[in-house]
Amino acid sequence: MITFTLNNEKRSVDADPDTPLLWVIRDEIGLTGTKFGCGAGLCGACTVHLDGEPVRSCQTLISDVAELNITTIEGIDGKAAKAIQTAWEEIEVPQCGYCQSGQIMSATSLLAQNPKPSDAEIDEAMDGNVCRCATYVRIRKAIHHASDLMEA
Amino acid sequence: MTTTKALNSSRRTFLKGAGVTTGLLVGFHITGKGVVAASPNHAFSPNAFVRIGTDNLVTVIAKHIEFGQGSHTGLATILSEELDASWEQIRIESAPADARKYNNLFWGPYQGTGGSTAIANSWMQLREAGAKARALLVQAASTEWDVPVTEITVSDGVVRHESSSKEQTFGELSEKASQQQVPEKVQLKTPDQFKLIGRNVNRKDIAPKTNGSAVYTLDISRPGMVVAVVKRPPRFGGLVKSFDDSDAKDIKGYVGTVTTPRGVAVMAKNTWAAIKAREAITVDWDDSQAEMRGSEQIMAEYRELAKTPGLPARNDGDATTAIAEAKHTLEVSYDFPYLAHAPMETLDCVIELTDQGAEVWTGSQIPTGDQQTVATILGLKPEQVIIHTQLAGGSFGRRATSDADMVSEAAMIVKASKGNVPVKVVWTREDDIQGGRYRPAYHHKLKAGLDDQGNITGWQHSIVGQSIVAGTAFEAFLVKDDIDATSVEGAANLPYAIPNISVDLTTTDVKVPVLWWRSVGSTHTAYSTETFIDQLASKAGKDPVDFRRSMLKDHPRHLATLNLVAEKANWGSPITEGRYRGIAVHESFSSVVAQIAEISFDEDGVLKVEKVWCAVDCGTVVNPDIVKAQMEGGIGFGLGAVLRNTVTLDEGIVDQSNFHDYEPLRLTDMPEVDVYIVPSEAAPTGVGEPGVPSIGPAVANAIFAAKGQVVTKLPFSEGMPDLV
Repeated sequence: MITFTLNNEKRSVDADPDTPLLWVIRDEIGLTGTKFGCGAGLCGACTVHLDGEPVRSCQTLISDVAELNITTIEGIDGKAAKAIQTAWEEIEVPQCGYCQSGQIMSATSLLAQNPKPSDAEIDEAMDGNVCRCATYVRIRKAIHHASDLMEA
Repeated sequence: MTTTKALNSSRRTFLKGAGVTTGLLVGFHITGKGVVAASPNHAFSPNAFVRIGTDNLVTVIAKHIEFGQGSHTGLATILSEELDASWEQIRIESAPADARKYNNLFWGPYQGTGGSTAIANSWMQLREAGAKARALLVQAASTEWDVPVTEITVSDGVVRHESSSKEQTFGELSEKASQQQVPEKVQLKTPDQFKLIGRNVNRKDIAPKTNGSAVYTLDISRPGMVVAVVKRPPRFGGLVKSFDDSDAKDIKGYVGTVTTPRGVAVMAKNTWAAIKAREAITVDWDDSQAEMRGSEQIMAEYRELAKTPGLPARNDGDATTAIAEAKHTLEVSYDFPYLAHAPMETLDCVIELTDQGAEVWTGSQIPTGDQQTVATILGLKPEQVIIHTQLAGGSFGRRATSDADMVSEAAMIVKASKGNVPVKVVWTREDDIQGGRYRPAYHHKLKAGLDDQGNITGWQHSIVGQSIVAGTAFEAFLVKDDIDATSVEGAANLPYAIPNISVDLTTTDVKVPVLWWRSVGSTHTAYSTETFIDQLASKAGKDPVDFRRSMLKDHPRHLATLNLVAEKANWGSPITEGRYRGIAVHESFSSVVAQIAEISFDEDGVLKVEKVWCAVDCGTVVNPDIVKAQMEGGIGFGLGAVLRNTVTLDEGIVDQSNFHDYEPLRLTDMPEVDVYIVPSEAAPTGVGEPGVPSIGPAVANAIFAAKGQVVTKLPFSEGMPDLV
């Protein structure tokens, strides 16, 4: 049994220690907002927050999260998260939408740490998140917009 | 019904044999009975496309899949416009598989999404559906209030009689409306009466796609479901000889392995166990029928084939003589690689047997084909197969296969495992990149002659490559006189006024499975024709825009689009030092798109696409912001491919496997994009694909402007490695 906190709830799962956190969240716990994209830490679709830091859940073993706090798209809250989600809706960022949970997790983490990021800082924080629909123009715009919303 | 019984009995037999608990069986029956959705709120269904509930919610039934292009919102907008509904009361749901009601009007008896036709084929159909539903509500109000229909107005979901101050909502009138006679003819709005069409109404799928609640096939779970991953032959055309799963048996959650025509299917209780078990299984493959060639060998053969003309796809005048007599000639050859679609959501499908037949959950791009295929494999009648079309995480053509690909795979596994439990097939990214169904590799050879005024007198274009549709259900529609239209589109209909043109095609026989890839033939024909035009313009000493203009007098849409983009980018005026520009214009799926790309190079000489101006003529625009989003996305999709995407084979085995060696476009690669729409009142044409073709040649022409060299071997990382 491995115990951790997921979206502020204590959870215990009986999974092989080498199981990626992604599959525990999706298959065992049934929270499906976190997506599988590559299984190799190359696309960011599976991004969650581990003690507030963005991590690729497909590369995070369940045995490594014991007693830690995990937040998924279903559980994000706070000023940065609200601003990002509002901006995402106002700018209509998503197309197919499949990568957007991961994009929002990375963007939220960026704004929580740096409320006024420059384009270069956005590049650095978001370059690991792939969008095959190429919604990148709007992702950048929405992060700037969210930053303005946080200031307002 | 005999088939259903047979299936059920075999399922029961299997269940008994496998010692599965009755709890699962009960679960099964419950789901089986839940198939027919109860009509919510005694909804009024004036036709197949709309349902109006007493709760005042209006549900639009979308016959096309939503996989990013905004089709659901667009379809609902068209219907709501004529219904005069309020956008807030609109809900959207996917249509079931039913080719009689929901066929694509451009495809005949097939229900499906593709060729950028969702809005175009539905345009009049949904306007009439909305207008007829509106007429029934008006008639109901007229009867209820005893006033003439001509005195009744409708707006924002409210029906009114001004002089008596009577008004009722759609919900309040819905029951009465259901007793009215559907009128045969209805008056449609004129464009000046549009309230929703042409406006940026908000996409209905945005909120669930920002809070994680949007459901895709991968998110579907059924009681007792197993997850299957398939170990496919490493070479295309390979077959399973035997497999050994003894090492997989220790893996917790491993259920079993079955052989299917597609490879061995490894089943487990969860996705991770299935992936691990597959790694533990060894398979002996029979490669006697497999493709053993490498991609370099295949391309070398194509170059050889291009030396002899293929079958004629177009023949105006006498291009050979015109080129022989020309003052100047130019010949350029191009190599285009295989490309994977790599949608973010890899292929997946869930199938569950029920007492009535089978239920399928998938991103169904061609429900008619998916339904028929499942029925055939499972021995059911098509109407016994219920398709639940899910939101899909992209497709770009990948989910539109004639043999229902992942759907048939899931059905084969259900059949091979005796249908005891629901099965979810999941492809990993490696399966996706290595699994074939690529944009075909092509070789092009172009030759042209110029007179002493710099006019093109003759144009010869030879294309060599595989046919996408040969041997598929689409062959009858798309192959004429042995010419696959998808191989030559964008080349055979070259818009430029050139007196002598020949376009020929050599179709090759290679066992690498191929498929349409966002914008299909135009993915390569736009590149070769539009970069060749720039090289000819240079040889003629003419400006690329003026050169094109002089040859587009008979193509006013091309000309207007080209002029709009040139005007918006101030083409011809001085630009920042170190920046270079290129232009391209191309028609695909009846829409015309012109783009100007502005590029720079960093201190290491690495290319950066700084900005793209894009003009599009897609007829009447239903939702300008969605059109813009599709142009932005199309530009990114096309740019990623030309920069560095290629699928290569070494002795028949694919070299690439994931996003590290099939590197998609990333945020840092994305240029700034400005989109301009050519005003039009013509019927809408597509936008899902037409943003893609022009970007490659526009960027290549900018490189040509900077360096005097054209990238003729794609992607740029291969043809001009220093740039990427």
